[in-house]
Amino acid sequence: MRLLISDLTHRYDDLTVLDRIDLVLNEGEVLAVIGPSGCGKSTLLGIAGGIVAPSAGRVAVDGPVPDGCLNPITYVFQDFALLPWRSVEENVALVLAHHPLPAADRRARVEEGLRRMGLWEFRQALPKQLSGGMRQRVGIARALAVRPAILLLDEPLSALDAQTRELLMDDFLDLWRREKTTALYVTHNLDEALRLADRVVVLSRRPGRIREIVTIEEPRDRRLAPAAQAHLAEVRARLWHLMKAEAQMADREIARA
Amino acid sequence: MPDPINTPTSTQSTLQAVRFRGGGFHPRRHPWAALAAFALLIALWEGTSRVGLASPLFLPPPSAVGRALAGMIADGSLWLNLKASLLRIGVGWSLGTLGGLTVGLLMGVASVARAVGVPLVSAFFPIPKIALLPLFILWFGIGEASKFATIGFGVFFPTVIAVYSAIDSVPRNLIRMAQSFGLPWGAILRNILLPGALPGILAGFRITASIALILVVAAEMIGAEYGIGAFVLMAGNLMQTDTLLAGVMVMSALGLTIGALLSLLERRLLVWR
Repeated sequence: MRLLISDLTHRYDDLTVLDRIDLVLNEGEVLAVIGPSGCGKSTLLGIAGGIVAPSAGRVAVDGPVPDGCLNPITYVFQDFALLPWRSVEENVALVLAHHPLPAADRRARVEEGLRRMGLWEFRQALPKQLSGGMRQRVGIARALAVRPAILLLDEPLSALDAQTRELLMDDFLDLWRREKTTALYVTHNLDEALRLADRVVVLSRRPGRIREIVTIEEPRDRRLAPAAQAHLAEVRARLWHLMKAEAQMADREIARA
Repeated sequence: MPDPINTPTSTQSTLQAVRFRGGGFHPRRHPWAALAAFALLIALWEGTSRVGLASPLFLPPPSAVGRALAGMIADGSLWLNLKASLLRIGVGWSLGTLGGLTVGLLMGVASVARAVGVPLVSAFFPIPKIALLPLFILWFGIGEASKFATIGFGVFFPTVIAVYSAIDSVPRNLIRMAQSFGLPWGAILRNILLPGALPGILAGFRITASIALILVVAAEMIGAEYGIGAFVLMAGNLMQTDTLLAGVMVMSALGLTIGALLSLLERRLLVWR
């Protein structure tokens, strides 16, 4: 399934945050969106996911819904968005409850998601009893339970420490290697984008416009190899060059405001 | 690695221990302190009466209050009056809470209900509810209904405010999460809004239980044959200060019991906090 974004503009009252965005997310592709603070990255994701209504423009999906998919466009949230009064298992089961599934299928989906994320032993735990990394894994297990066609990830690692980020990036790579899930990944972290994405969209400062789309040629599973480092360093330098001036100007604008 | 402070290389003459400055500002439980303070207060009170510093007519000693309380238990007047008050609190509080939960929930989820409700609640909430008792007596008669109405009315408005504020305090990201997974409105209400608002609703219950207790006593003092308020008023009229204070002690115990029950409910229902 592809995600198509056409001539998208969004304003909060008089403030334009996104300006005429055209973007195609191809099936099986991981597309990272980076840009300075306030450039509308999360708004773009909200609009793509149907939880923010755009001021102008269209978002559409193209292609059949895969078998077993209950929620074609599925979010993974920055702050995990877990219900603190529900156990890990109940958090995952919540998103299946309103679908007419046989009880055995429902249980199997919950178990599969939790086992894949290494959380089966913790299924009875409450979110407060888990570390930040484990909470985000619950968020991912919840997303996997509906077998999404397109994953929207809103800075999913930004609330986590560096070590946990590394571990979860490995989890994402493993997931995408096996599932070939299409993903739109918003981040402010260049290293995450370089490690996980096929293409990186660089947004300008507010109002966010597409400055450039950079393709990373190196296959994802070879990016930690020494041979890939020169190419990745080159891409990183290019992305940073694009980002730096925008970030500096965005900072100055915030200070002036 | 050798101990860096006690090695000969340290300049002993200039060595100074870093002073601990991080104490205090950290509440700790001292359960015995509360009991000791109560015991001390009762002992002082008893002593004051015994040495003649206070007239036993105006401030009877705790031992006399205790005897009066024992007498109330023995002759059945405690249960007779307590039963009447508990019934009024139970019915009045339940009616007010049921109405408050319904209206508060509506105001929490529907913008139109909120636009209509907030000015009305703001206008009615500050009215001292006991001032409406004469009106309720005219409407419902001198019997139980007017007392139920006074308590119910007094409980209703704080419940409305507690419920819609509690719904406002449910993190919006949880609702967005549910919407992003396509959960229907009813499921969002049941699984997210109500459990998320529960801490605020229970905090509201704590306030409305106190209001119900105050209103039942006031209503019983205005027009009732039985009830703790009526009992205290009659004891005051007869200058039976030991019995009066025994009635006050019963009210205090009632308030403490309601508070303890609510704490128990919070511990059971809010284990996730």
